[in-house]
Amino acid sequence: MAGTVLRLEEVAGERLLRAVAALLAAKGIASPTEITEQIAMTDNASPAQGARMVARAWVDPPFRALMLSDGTRAAEMLGIPMRGAPPLGVLEDTPGLHHLIVCTLCSCYPRVVLGYPPFWYKSAAYRARAVRDPRGLLAEWGTVLDPGVRIRVVDSTADYRWMVLPLRPAGTAKWNQDRLAALVRETDMIGVTLPRLAGG
Amino acid sequence: MSGSPQLAVGSRVRVRDDWPETRGRVHIRTPHYVRGRTGTVVRCLGDFPNPEELAFARPARLLPLYQVLFEQPQIWRQGCAGDQLLVEIYGSWLEPS
Repeated sequence: MAGTVLRLEEVAGERLLRAVAALLAAKGIASPTEITEQIAMTDNASPAQGARMVARAWVDPPFRALMLSDGTRAAEMLGIPMRGAPPLGVLEDTPGLHHLIVCTLCSCYPRVVLGYPPFWYKSAAYRARAVRDPRGLLAEWGTVLDPGVRIRVVDSTADYRWMVLPLRPAGTAKWNQDRLAALVRETDMIGVTLPRLAGG
Repeated sequence: MSGSPQLAVGSRVRVRDDWPETRGRVHIRTPHYVRGRTGTVVRCLGDFPNPEELAFARPARLLPLYQVLFEQPQIWRQGCAGDQLLVEIYGSWLEPS
């Protein structure tokens, strides 16, 4: 019986989806193509996309320049569908400046290139402490900045979504792009951690 | 059409010390901790529909959106000199300082 009920609900769900999609098209809100693209965007969204961008930026200076001036276009260049997504901004760490991303008002996050935010990103504790005590927060992550490095906390309060282009770690000079991409974690692109070599 | 005059990169600006949430139902994207504070415009991000109107499905005028840089220790009276906060703020909340 339970199986029958479930099947009926699935059928109803598909009919409802088709009906809503047809209404969205009829009212000119979203075309079937746009809906398909949005589903593809959601399915493909993961930190691996952001890591690909970071690795490419580390080996390809013109791509890096594009990524810093227009993150959306840089993502599109790598085949990441950005239509309908908020504009993407990329902030570059330097030997003297470290970026940390937060959204104090809610949980704005560059989902297209980083996937769903980790649970703690939405917590009141992270949001409050990132802006008030960023050094204490980084210490709890075990992230140690070199002396003299300034922190710039980026509060993602509005229409842009932000990710960090971290510094390429030492000891990776001969690495290819794929190997570099495998090194980059989502936390490195938020700035709570720094990319590091395994065991390093 | 932009609702506010453009602010140049490098301008010193003050965030309005305004608390519309004390006057009724609102949706505000300007964090409490920067209201009344002074910072520097570092980037103009383009024009976006005013979220305070969008949230209530009212016609939303386009507002310029800026990234404004603040000195972090000045805002919290704690922290490390040189650390900064970079916040997106709509032009309607900013006045020349």
